[in-house]
Amino acid sequence: MKVSIKGVRGSIPTAGSETSYYGGNTACVTLLEDDWMIILDAGSGLQKVTLPQKPTNRIDILLTHLHFDHIQGLGFFGSLFDPSKEVHIWAPESSTQSLNSRLNRFLSPPFFPVMMRDLPCKLFLHDISKSSFQIGPFSIESKYVIHPGPTVGYRITGKNAVLAYIPDHEQALGLSGMIEDKKWISGFDIADKADLLLHDAQYTGYEYKEKIGWGHSSMEDAIKFAAVAEVKRLLFFHHDPSRTDEQLDIIFSKLKQKDFEFENFDFAREGTDIDLG
Amino acid sequence: MASHEIEIILNRQLADCLSLPVFITDTIGNLIFYNEPAELILGTRYGETGEMKVETWSTIFKPLDEERNPLAPEGLPLVQTLNDQLPHHRVFWIESLTGKIEKISVTSYPIIGRMGKFLGAVAIFWETKDT
Repeated sequence: MKVSIKGVRGSIPTAGSETSYYGGNTACVTLLEDDWMIILDAGSGLQKVTLPQKPTNRIDILLTHLHFDHIQGLGFFGSLFDPSKEVHIWAPESSTQSLNSRLNRFLSPPFFPVMMRDLPCKLFLHDISKSSFQIGPFSIESKYVIHPGPTVGYRITGKNAVLAYIPDHEQALGLSGMIEDKKWISGFDIADKADLLLHDAQYTGYEYKEKIGWGHSSMEDAIKFAAVAEVKRLLFFHHDPSRTDEQLDIIFSKLKQKDFEFENFDFAREGTDIDLG
Repeated sequence: MASHEIEIILNRQLADCLSLPVFITDTIGNLIFYNEPAELILGTRYGETGEMKVETWSTIFKPLDEERNPLAPEGLPLVQTLNDQLPHHRVFWIESLTGKIEKISVTSYPIIGRMGKFLGAVAIFWETKDT
């Protein structure tokens, strides 16, 4: 399974020389196995996605939730305008409105010039929740995680590896932070012993104290979560948009000086390809 | 090991923040969490007991009706919620294992998740002023 990171930034794209190393595009990751591609989230990083060389008519986009930084690339994705393409969009179910209804609010005037129903591709929308489904060689499990509004994390099992993708997540929400009992940790099933975990780590531990309830994690909590879930590798995701490359490097150096139970962590970087085998 | 649904986890996190006794059960009445104020009612600590089967925790205290007669389980708000997945409220007495009798007010509500699925129930014990 080849993982390609196309966008790592949280909240809003941050183009510029100060963010060019880690990247300024919002959430988007592709997975490739046997010429099957799935796309995780449709942030502005979606514009960097190149379809597999082997011609395919089917595109699958798995959205963790519908916050703007996870869908803002959708309207500019070429496959939506290609009548030969079959585009499947998977996203968490709401208790009040269908996915079609919610996406229509974004893909319609005055927010977007084209109505969703006028898109030339063959569009299939899938409302999911605690779901298990198969796309080509990928077995996918989704489960709601703690974040404002319906939000899922994805556990994707390929032929030889497991990726856990929880880009927006506040598993430590509560009086005393993350409960250290696996049954009581949001997202635990998604991350359990994954080969690679891409996880929200927007804040430093110091910053998080002022951001409790905003739906995001501290780097320290992400590390603690990775340790409890016994993942092999953790990449911090959803970098704060105000953070420059230099600041991220300084934070990383400080974190590495601390004595954590889990040490195989780093900041995810746009443009990185990872072969999970 | 499957973790609880987030609706259950968030109810526990809320219960941790309250000074009112709160009990959280699964869909069949097994006690999956009780907070520190509830420990005073049960006389046990969650950290020591962990989850308790319904047949275990339901015998720790004896519910009594207005005439101080034993109250049948189906008269308890939490049991009613587990049966019909609706909120209930009642004032009654409880007698602990030590023989102490207290008047309490209990509100129970079902945890219905985003998918409309019944995931468990919560009982909150309120102090009652009248004697």
